[in-house]
Amino acid sequence: MTKKTQTSPKTRTAAKTRAKAKPKAKAKPPRRKAPTRYAGMTGAQVFHEMLLAEGVETVFGIPGGVLLPIFDVLYDTPMQFVLTRHEQGAAHMADGYARSTGKVGVCLATSGPGATNLVTGLATAHMDSVPIVAVTGQVVSSLIGNDAFQEADTTGITRPVTKHNVLVRRAEDLGRAIREAFHIARTGRPGPVLVDIAKDATMAVLDREPDLAIDLPGYRPTATGHMRQIRAAAAAINAAERPVLYVGGGVIIAEASDALRAVAAKGRIPVTTTLTAMGAFDETSPLALQMLGMHGAAAANYAVQGCDCLIAVGARFDDRVTGKIETFAPHAKIIHVDIDPASISKNVVVDIPVVGDARDIMEKMLPLIKARRRSAWAEQIAKWKARFPLRYGGGGKVKPQHVIETLGRLTDHGAIVATGVGQHQMWAAQFYGWRRPRQFVTSGGLGTMGFGLPAAIGAQFGHPGQTVVDIDGDGSFAMTMTELFTAVRYDQPVKVVVMDNDYLGMVRQWQEMFYGRRYSASEHPCPDLVMLAESLGAKGMRVTESSEVPDAVAEMLRAEGPVVLAAAIDPEENVFPMVAAGKSLDEMDMGRLV
Amino acid sequence: MKHVITALVQNKPGVLAHVAGMFSARGFNIDSLVVGRTENADLSRMTIVVIGDDRTVEQVRKQLGKLINVVRVRDFQDIEFVERDLMLVRVAVTPQRRAEIVELANTFRGKVVDVAKQSLTVELSGPEDKLEAFIELVRPYGIRELARTGVIAMQRGDQNSARAAAPAGSQTQ
Repeated sequence: MTKKTQTSPKTRTAAKTRAKAKPKAKAKPPRRKAPTRYAGMTGAQVFHEMLLAEGVETVFGIPGGVLLPIFDVLYDTPMQFVLTRHEQGAAHMADGYARSTGKVGVCLATSGPGATNLVTGLATAHMDSVPIVAVTGQVVSSLIGNDAFQEADTTGITRPVTKHNVLVRRAEDLGRAIREAFHIARTGRPGPVLVDIAKDATMAVLDREPDLAIDLPGYRPTATGHMRQIRAAAAAINAAERPVLYVGGGVIIAEASDALRAVAAKGRIPVTTTLTAMGAFDETSPLALQMLGMHGAAAANYAVQGCDCLIAVGARFDDRVTGKIETFAPHAKIIHVDIDPASISKNVVVDIPVVGDARDIMEKMLPLIKARRRSAWAEQIAKWKARFPLRYGGGGKVKPQHVIETLGRLTDHGAIVATGVGQHQMWAAQFYGWRRPRQFVTSGGLGTMGFGLPAAIGAQFGHPGQTVVDIDGDGSFAMTMTELFTAVRYDQPVKVVVMDNDYLGMVRQWQEMFYGRRYSASEHPCPDLVMLAESLGAKGMRVTESSEVPDAVAEMLRAEGPVVLAAAIDPEENVFPMVAAGKSLDEMDMGRLV
Repeated sequence: MKHVITALVQNKPGVLAHVAGMFSARGFNIDSLVVGRTENADLSRMTIVVIGDDRTVEQVRKQLGKLINVVRVRDFQDIEFVERDLMLVRVAVTPQRRAEIVELANTFRGKVVDVAKQSLTVELSGPEDKLEAFIELVRPYGIRELARTGVIAMQRGDQNSARAAAPAGSQTQ
């Protein structure tokens, strides 16, 4: 049965009391008018005005010495400031907020350790092209380079993990730097931008009007697709008998899902989505092939290997997608639609590149696509789907896939779902049943364990009243579980399902398959997550029997506040299908069930 | 294969770090990298000599273009251009044999810029292969010290190298 908490009411009350010891979330004030003059303001005040002008509603972060002038201004801000427990949490929250809303996420950290703690979050956002503006405090400019207290070369450290970064030493440069940061973060191929601000730049009073005009002569991202290339692409698609659309996260970023659906439907072109694109194409469509790649659906991988025309849209031919690159889509003419010219022909030589915004290009392509039935191809794909569906075994033990399917069903496939990284992430991608863009929030490129909980909290801040679930593993959850207290404190009712197998499951799976079951350092005893949740003021639940799964999931979803549901899953359950590293996509290990 | 790439960059702190960091992070090999002022006080020109096949150099060009502070990028492949490298080289030589080095320097249109008891310093500029040839000729005497600037380059004709270049970040399809 579903076990309830055994924690004493006293402990629980104490935690609740602490949690309440905080001013409630402010009611949204009426929108303020932007000031007409900035002269006479401090740098910190200008900074604040710039955030308001950008429409920022929520900022995640932690204060510190060099940020005190900024935090003094934030004391009266109409924005909501969310105090996280760790700067990594702040960065992932800004990320989850950004991915689920499409707006720019904002996080704030102090100099030195505050800034270095952001690095993982920035790298995560950078790999998946997520718009974030990260602001860090820096020691006063006269001390920069002197190994001052809490000094780090933040722009040096974060340069390779940001789209751009800049150090601001003077108050008069601050406003423009913030405006440029938002512009760079949200346009072109989006990404995190870091602004490092010396403390004296926030304290100085402006004696004249600052120049706030964006000045970026080297930044002109291509937005509209070249018509000649679009026509060439359409001609290749029309000529193809076995085309496949291979769709990446760029389609979600560009809000191109509707255009994609129209193109796919008109040409009867099957669609496979990458991990970051789950939801870009409704999986109830007969054209949906689900995910491709290392743990992709068999039909998706066979279709890619068998297609005569591969249309990559907003995807970047990652090694987890292509498998052995030399034998990837061997018979296909390759069309690549991407906003980043550097993505084209980076990993795979492309026959027809189309640079620009995915939505613009798909909309322009639609009238050029011939309506075709392509019944032979459709039949072949239906056969693969029927022969090799995603499936899992039964039995008494809790199967993680069953938990995720149940979650999908009970949330009507409509929840926002974040994940950590590992087996549970793959099962989530395979079994939730994706319907719409921006509902799946996962670290694809960097593969950041610990991403799930803070990302879910960030998504919840962006979607008050909606169901937000973190599907997590016990390994990933342990890395950032401290943020559970942030969820409790700010009344963010995220639901956390932890697949508890007492292993670092994906590592264990590889050790089982490729290292003769020598489980080196992958045993990972999980603490009592029910007690842990309760001690932080959340509700803790546990499910240990397969038959109890539907009730447990339903109870979790009904509960008002944050909940942690520990699912004691079959400890040696593996993710299948699997294409071993270095193998071709059609060399799949289907597991024991086929 | 050797490629000469030139990039106009904003004259701002940290730009060199962005460029150099991108090269090392992506594993591109730089033969030389020169930064200097241009006719425009807001812009500097970087001239970068890269070794790699066409596909690698294409990536270098695109990745350079992605950097926010890089304004324009130009690969000098397939166009006529002038390249110059400047070298100072101190050659070990006794007073008896000085004339030989001076003659060599004259042949290469170099200049003797310093004479000491046991050595002689020559200034020489030109394309890289000319400098290499001179180095080989004086090597038997003993090269005490050598410094080179690395290559700078400019397109031949009336057109400015920068003007003709595609804007950074855009795609020539």
